[in-house]
Amino acid sequence: MSRLLNPWGRPRWLVAVTALYIAWSILPVAIAILFAFNNGRSRTTWQGFSIRWFTGATGSVLHDPALQSSLKHTLLLAVMCVGLSVPLGVTLALGLQRWRGRGGGTVNTLMLLPLVTPEIVMGVALLLLFLRVFPSLGLGTTAQAIGQVTFTLSYVVVITRGRLVSIGREYEEAAADLGAPPRDQLLRVVLPLLAPAIIASAAVAFALSIDDFVVTQYLSSDASTTTVSMLLYAQARGAPTPALNAIATVALVITLATLGLAFLVYRRFVGGAEAAVATALEM
Amino acid sequence: MGSRWTWRLLALPGVAWLSVFFLVSFYAVLAVALGNQDTLSQPVPFWNPLDWNVGYLLDVLRDIVHNGPFLTVFLRTLAFVAIALALSLAIGYPVAYFASRRAGRRRGWILLALIVPFWINYLMRMLAWINLLAPNGWGTRVLHDVGIERLFIALGLLSSRGGWLDGQQSTVILALVYGYIPFLILPLYAALDRIDERQIEAARDLGASPFSAFRRVTLPLSVPGILAGSVLVALPMFGDYYTPDLVSASTKTNMIGNQIDQFTRQGSEKVSGAVLTMLLSLVLLVLMFYYLRTTRRAALETAT
Repeated sequence: MSRLLNPWGRPRWLVAVTALYIAWSILPVAIAILFAFNNGRSRTTWQGFSIRWFTGATGSVLHDPALQSSLKHTLLLAVMCVGLSVPLGVTLALGLQRWRGRGGGTVNTLMLLPLVTPEIVMGVALLLLFLRVFPSLGLGTTAQAIGQVTFTLSYVVVITRGRLVSIGREYEEAAADLGAPPRDQLLRVVLPLLAPAIIASAAVAFALSIDDFVVTQYLSSDASTTTVSMLLYAQARGAPTPALNAIATVALVITLATLGLAFLVYRRFVGGAEAAVATALEM
Repeated sequence: MGSRWTWRLLALPGVAWLSVFFLVSFYAVLAVALGNQDTLSQPVPFWNPLDWNVGYLLDVLRDIVHNGPFLTVFLRTLAFVAIALALSLAIGYPVAYFASRRAGRRRGWILLALIVPFWINYLMRMLAWINLLAPNGWGTRVLHDVGIERLFIALGLLSSRGGWLDGQQSTVILALVYGYIPFLILPLYAALDRIDERQIEAARDLGASPFSAFRRVTLPLSVPGILAGSVLVALPMFGDYYTPDLVSASTKTNMIGNQIDQFTRQGSEKVSGAVLTMLLSLVLLVLMFYYLRTTRRAALETAT
């Protein structure tokens, strides 16, 4: 027993459990990516390597109209989501951080609630809102973007506030002492210092939008508003080709590349330890 | 800098956004759930609380009290979430413990491996298993060859050879574990990482065996992390409908999320769907506020 949980040793069974867990969590996805390169129509039998499902003349990510449309729509929503949630979130974070007096706690709770609300509740609520309160807006691209912003906003606020806390108020106060008016303190001192947080939250909002499924599905209207996630849901159990794996792989590469790039930029601006905190906050 | 109103003005667009698209939209659920429906069974929301009609709510509650189908779905959801959560903790705790306290130089890489699944599209992770568990899939073959398939059939957890995706409750539960465990491991990791090594050393110096040092120091100190992480994964599990849809596609494994999805998005019983959404939210609101309170307390503790 003593070997089992020795706080100073490195028990073998813990190494084994961790290694098995990591293999179990990554291998299935790695195999799904492998099958995106299958030279045949099967998603379960390996028939040799090929990139036909990415670039082939028929049924590939590059040439199939449905796949093309879903990828474009996914990226369009992601850009809309970043464009709206980052300015809204950064200003909300600034306002909340300096909020004096009543109401701050309530607004803070309101801001955090979307992070813990099950997505189906938000999906149903927004669906009924767009059907019954804003019938003129209706369902479709605008509704989908609004829905995604509603839950990505909180992530932007949390990341920005983390950075605001670590900057402190000294720079602003120094600018004020040197006679900078409030507007300049904000635009020429605080915002540049916030740049790493803005980049990080833009990347997170982008990735969250691409990976989102429930809210996007609830607020979709017709086939033209189908995203990659919705396509995966609709076709996973059917008998499609490895093109489905290929388009999932493309979306995955875009997501991970965006996050990786943002992480590198963030680390150039800020120390490694703080970057690690930011990664943890991305939860 | 600036007056207090400058900052509130800056917060205004965000607050307005959340008020309309979060608060008002949730009020729309109440107005529909406590409203009526027209002859085409389209919802007619009652916006004035004085007009509220509890008829549809009573129908659902009556069903639950009288052991009707909604009760079955509610209890099944509760059982699925409880079992999936217990399995996730059994796997996730040792992994988080090793990564945070025993990994040594490889810690950075292990942490990266624990974070990556977090950012892989949930549906792609399910697609991966659907391919593996198809009757001729690689996973089905491996499970057959190592005898797990036979074990599951003997235990009554699988009804036929290679039938992993034909509406098996065990498959749905394992898919939930696979889907949500990354969201549990990271809070567990953070909680275990915060424990001061010297407290464990003190216990050892005072004569505690390694096991009792773990049981009486490390484990109790990690309880807040266990609770916070459990809430964090239980909440989305309670609202899940796509996992059962994808790996089972049978009404025998319907969770409350499937019922809500069928009523609201797919079907035309939006009023009953809104009632179920309202009841689910009321139950989960307790968990949501518990989580927000504990994380705020943890943030205050680290700040001081």
